[in-house]
Amino acid sequence: MTDAAADAPIPKPDAGDRARPERQEPLVAADGRPLKKSLQRSLRRQKLRAFGLVAPLLLFVLVTFIAPIADMLFRSVENQIVSETLPNTTAALVGWDASGEDLPDDAAFAALSYDLAAAVEQRAHTRLGSRLNYETTGISSAFRRSGRGIDDVGEIYLDQFVALDPVWEDSGFWARMIGAEGWAHPAPFAPSAQAQGLLPETAAAYTAFARAMQIRNDDDPAAEEPWAPVYLALQRDLSAADAGDVSAWTGPGAEQLEAAHAAVGGFESVPVRDLIADVDDAWLEHDVWATIKTFSPPYTPGYFLTSVDLKLSPEGAIVAQDDYQRIHVLLFQRTLFMSLVIMGCTILLGYPIAYLISNMPMRTANLLLILVLLPFWTSLLVRTSAWKVLLQQQGVINDTLVWIGLVADDARLTMINNQFGTIVAMTHILLPFMILPLYSVMKTIPPSYVRAAKSLGATNWTAFWRVYFPQSVPGIGAGCILVFILSIGYYITPELVGGTTGTFISNRIAFHISSSLNWGLAAALGTILLVVVLVLYWLYDRIVGIDNVSLG
Amino acid sequence: MKLKTVLLSTGAAMALAPAAIAQDMADSMTLVSWGGAYQASQVNAYATPYQEMHPDISMTWDESSPEAVAKLRAQNEAGNIAWDLVDVVAADAIRLCDEGLAMEVDHDELLAPAPDGTPASEDFGDLIVSDCYIPQIVYSTTLAYRNNVEDWNGTPETVCALFDTENFPGTRTLERRPINNLEWALYCDGVAKEDIYDVLETPEGQDRAFAKLDTIKDQTIWWSAAAEPPQLLADGEAVLGSSYNGRWFSAIEEQDQPISMLWDMQVFDLDGWIIPEGLSEERLARVKDFVYFATDTQRLADQAKWISYGPARESSAPLVSTHADLGIEMGPHMPTDPDNASNTLLYNYEWWADYRDDLDSRFQSWLAQ
Repeated sequence: MTDAAADAPIPKPDAGDRARPERQEPLVAADGRPLKKSLQRSLRRQKLRAFGLVAPLLLFVLVTFIAPIADMLFRSVENQIVSETLPNTTAALVGWDASGEDLPDDAAFAALSYDLAAAVEQRAHTRLGSRLNYETTGISSAFRRSGRGIDDVGEIYLDQFVALDPVWEDSGFWARMIGAEGWAHPAPFAPSAQAQGLLPETAAAYTAFARAMQIRNDDDPAAEEPWAPVYLALQRDLSAADAGDVSAWTGPGAEQLEAAHAAVGGFESVPVRDLIADVDDAWLEHDVWATIKTFSPPYTPGYFLTSVDLKLSPEGAIVAQDDYQRIHVLLFQRTLFMSLVIMGCTILLGYPIAYLISNMPMRTANLLLILVLLPFWTSLLVRTSAWKVLLQQQGVINDTLVWIGLVADDARLTMINNQFGTIVAMTHILLPFMILPLYSVMKTIPPSYVRAAKSLGATNWTAFWRVYFPQSVPGIGAGCILVFILSIGYYITPELVGGTTGTFISNRIAFHISSSLNWGLAAALGTILLVVVLVLYWLYDRIVGIDNVSLG
Repeated sequence: MKLKTVLLSTGAAMALAPAAIAQDMADSMTLVSWGGAYQASQVNAYATPYQEMHPDISMTWDESSPEAVAKLRAQNEAGNIAWDLVDVVAADAIRLCDEGLAMEVDHDELLAPAPDGTPASEDFGDLIVSDCYIPQIVYSTTLAYRNNVEDWNGTPETVCALFDTENFPGTRTLERRPINNLEWALYCDGVAKEDIYDVLETPEGQDRAFAKLDTIKDQTIWWSAAAEPPQLLADGEAVLGSSYNGRWFSAIEEQDQPISMLWDMQVFDLDGWIIPEGLSEERLARVKDFVYFATDTQRLADQAKWISYGPARESSAPLVSTHADLGIEMGPHMPTDPDNASNTLLYNYEWWADYRDDLDSRFQSWLAQ
């Protein structure tokens, strides 16, 4: 950017205005073109050049800053995992009323077995389990346990179909019967319209199977025997189908379907619900189904609700989080409050120092500035740990106080692992961010103003308060914004010295990113934090005016 | 089709002749571990000898194990797996395996048999808690106390000394998470060891555990890094607390601090390797070669020279010798030593997978209030 400034005139919006008076005399430019056009052209060229110079930075900011933020915002509402992993189940649950007492109908149970078998093959089921476990405890293990037995659901029908005609075991036969005409392996499997019409569940179950084979191992479904849930689907479809419709089937499998349709009424059968409950009895719990239904849309407000201590109940209503789990609002309040306190402390400590430095002879001022910057260059962890050594109960400060006799040995002060410790350590760490803008602003205040005020009879206080202070406000503004925004997102220091009462919302965000893997909730919390900062910035602009901020 | 046949037949040929693979191994590896004394013990016991055998291999260590699950997930989403071998605790291995981020391995094929020919899967036995997991060591989270506190009435004998503020007053330090703490609280509230998880499953049981923890909440410093408790005890900031047994060992034996171990109700956990899913063939070949070497009976026993964690192989136990620098017998410092393991708790991975989210938010909210 400095190169750009040196090479080209800075493309300030008023650059054109300034150029105008020089060329205003003739209405036609030197080459005879109308002045207006000529001016526009040169302006456009300037703008393009300016843009070209800024483009690398713009691209950098877009890629490394805007894109991750957009991705984060998106994650806070994104919830496609449910409908992607359980497409048939979520479709079967559309008509089911989650607020009632009843479990969903058999179609949903059957659909679950088709989806889950495919999910297990692609190892997506436990991932979905952990996703839904954020909402209802116990779902994680329900999915994991179900993963072990789900591809046996429907085995009873598999055996009977195969006993009827061994062709039902033939993998190629299945692919020909269900597959669309002209389908061959590397292309994603698609069922024929006829199969979808007469055997909707079988088509869905087989498609789920075939796609899972193709995606997971790049296997040709036509060479793999379908798993048992596909036979459950076939049994259900054939039991529901009309003899007339079955006999109208054309293409591969016509005979076999007709024979199977005639026989299926005599098959030994078990209610689907019992088959699924055999795999895991969690599926007889209303809440599990209701949670799936409530979180089946591709976008959910769930994470944001959790962020403000509300939640979507399994039935889909917005209710308050259980008392004992409320934490986020408290942490947001605490983060804001403590950031304000830290900001206040840095003003109180930083202002006199900045004043002192800016009014000293150059040499001493430089030395003091280095002293301000020195801790700034030291590792954050070192500074934080140093505060531990100083503030702990067996630490330097307590030892000194006990030695002087101000504090009894058995009543040492608790100054760390609480809010006090966080405020002290963070004030120290963020102090340079207040001092430096203050210093650079104070440097530009001419000392003659204060002298003039005093010569006109102002007291020291009046001269400072009415003349000097207002001129230093832009520095305070800049320092406040820097310190506040930095501290609101602080994480390491509160984690190390904050104990239980001095932690920030960012500690929760970090926890959800790295430990609980609840990235959606972390994103929602982060988004709220971002919005809070923007709102405060806007308020600041309204009250103080952002033009009043100066870094020097 | 032709290409596929060629590939398939080469694959078959390679499987038949393992020696042939040796030529196609990557010459660099990125290993992920926990840093500190633990990683140092791995470098000393596995990596240095391996590099002596293969001087042209470069090994990079990344101390990212605490965030391994999150980072592997991110690498997987970005389609760029940067790590070759990752050291994680059992619960994380189960999660990584669940999410398809770790490779399932055949333990008998991948790992060396015991010297007497026992296949690896039997040698490791029950410690193979997941199909993706290659255990290395058994560690435990256990208590220790300052052994020179004047106003104490006796010395702590059981884990319940934590809650006995009359006889053992002073600041405690416990991990800032519900796991282990809730179990200990219920146990000390009179719940039998085998019933702990059944009780903890009920809302009343959870209330009970939190009520028990309430009695010491104000006198406890809650740590998030396992290095904190030894420091807190050494400084006299706390008098009683939990950490990993290896951390206590180094504070007691290497730094000579006035601290004693309290092994009662130590909670066992495992640490081991997982191989990330999606490595290229050369990288995978190199990793397999390294893992075969690094998890054999002698190497696992060697690791105990530098850290007091028990080798995960049964056949390694008799080979555990003395500490490399201190020269003391390491056997009695192992969590698995019969004297130390008279009353232990094996934490229930599956149970915590279900209740972690719920109880963690409850625990954090309890702490914050």
